[in-house]
Amino acid sequence: MCLAVPGEILSIDGSGPLLQARVSFAGNIKDICLAYTPEARPGDFVLVHAGFSLSVLKASRAEDILSQLEGLTERSGS
Amino acid sequence: MKFVSEYRDPTRVKALASEISERITRPWSIMEVCGGQTHAILKHGLEQLLPPDLTLLHGPGCPVCVTPSDIVDQAIFLASQPDVVLCTFGDMIRVPGGTTNLAAAKARGGDVRVVYSPMDALHLAEQMPEKTIVFFAIGFETTAPTTAMAVFQAKQKGLNNFTLLVSHVRVPPALEALLSAPDHTIDAFLAAGHVCTVMGLQEYQPIAQNYHVPIVATGFEPVDILEGVLMCFRQLETGIARVENQYDRAVRPEGSAQAVKLVRDVYEEADQEWRGIGQIQKSGFRLRPEYAHYDAAQRFELANASPVRAKTSSPCISGDVLCGRQKPSDCSAFARECTPLSPLGAPMVSAEGACAAYYRYAMRTV
Ligand code: SF4
Repeated sequence: MCLAVPGEILSIDGSGPLLQARVSFAGNIKDICLAYTPEARPGDFVLVHAGFSLSVLKASRAEDILSQLEGLTERSGS
Repeated sequence: MKFVSEYRDPTRVKALASEISERITRPWSIMEVCGGQTHAILKHGLEQLLPPDLTLLHGPGCPVCVTPSDIVDQAIFLASQPDVVLCTFGDMIRVPGGTTNLAAAKARGGDVRVVYSPMDALHLAEQMPEKTIVFFAIGFETTAPTTAMAVFQAKQKGLNNFTLLVSHVRVPPALEALLSAPDHTIDAFLAAGHVCTVMGLQEYQPIAQNYHVPIVATGFEPVDILEGVLMCFRQLETGIARVENQYDRAVRPEGSAQAVKLVRDVYEEADQEWRGIGQIQKSGFRLRPEYAHYDAAQRFELANASPVRAKTSSPCISGDVLCGRQKPSDCSAFARECTPLSPLGAPMVSAEGACAAYYRYAMRTV
């Protein structure tokens, strides 16, 4: 039950008591509560757990990891 | 898929594993706290990529596995009450209580419904004013904000027919309990990334300092896990013990301010029983007195109900499995009397349970 998965926000609906969004999980679309990530915008990827977005994913160190590992890959010759 | 495929890249996985293999100077044991990480480790065969001197210990972070049998029995009791609808996450439905489970209660006519979100249970309460809806609120700090919002909204809307049966658990006190055991062999922790998205990293600082253990908030994909292991490993090899954040695409050091606030408004810390492990001080949440009306335990006076005890002694060693002292394959019942189709303990029921993960992915190595 803890396998929070990333989904992409398609649209946001602020008309109800709680901020809601339509979120696509690889094409599977669900209504998700955005109350805990009000900063999220359409096109953002969010981490969703039990119907709630808990975090807006950002690009982070993916590139750092890549360059670091490219260095490693060269060193280890694989 | 964005944010997933790049963290499953085999080249990166191999490069991380070989960095560890090349540099390890002595044996280390690193515990992944979360059952989701255990599952990923087994699924992707990550242990086989690591050097034999680096042991991954599987921790207690499967919320289904640690939910006490007595609470499961309370849920079963509530499901059998007239005009009660018991709503639960799907993982709990086959978890054994003292003698039976919620699936059997449903088969006997109990109104048990599997929901995706606590908000679905809240909507049922709006649609069925003649029934009392009980949501079985289990899970770690990741789930607590979702149940907190449901009960907060119930109060806002004046919905008197919505209640929570609360059995939430908190990670940091469990880490301290594990580290306080005199025979523990844990050198470092991979902290559960999703819990950290909610609570941030602050609670882990004193643990890293006081017990001198590296703690790295870590994600769930193979690259995440091996990078978390590498970050722990670098600290261990250099004698450092601090909190680091591998999962920074999702985890902010301060966590989610909105989620933490609502959890703190709705819940207070309470001593909590962990199945197979025992009671851990302040390791759970209970509803604050302002929410007593929404507490199923109080509404249905569950404290007076006598617990159902299993009649036979069980070979299940789930407590040792959950504390990383033994592997599922050390259990005499593993894959014999105990299988996912006829589980003897919760770690074989839950998809995130270590026993189920071993059964599914590691049979070839047992
Ligand atoms: S294999 Fe089954 S009986 Fe053994 S520890 Fe796991 S759940 Fe318990």
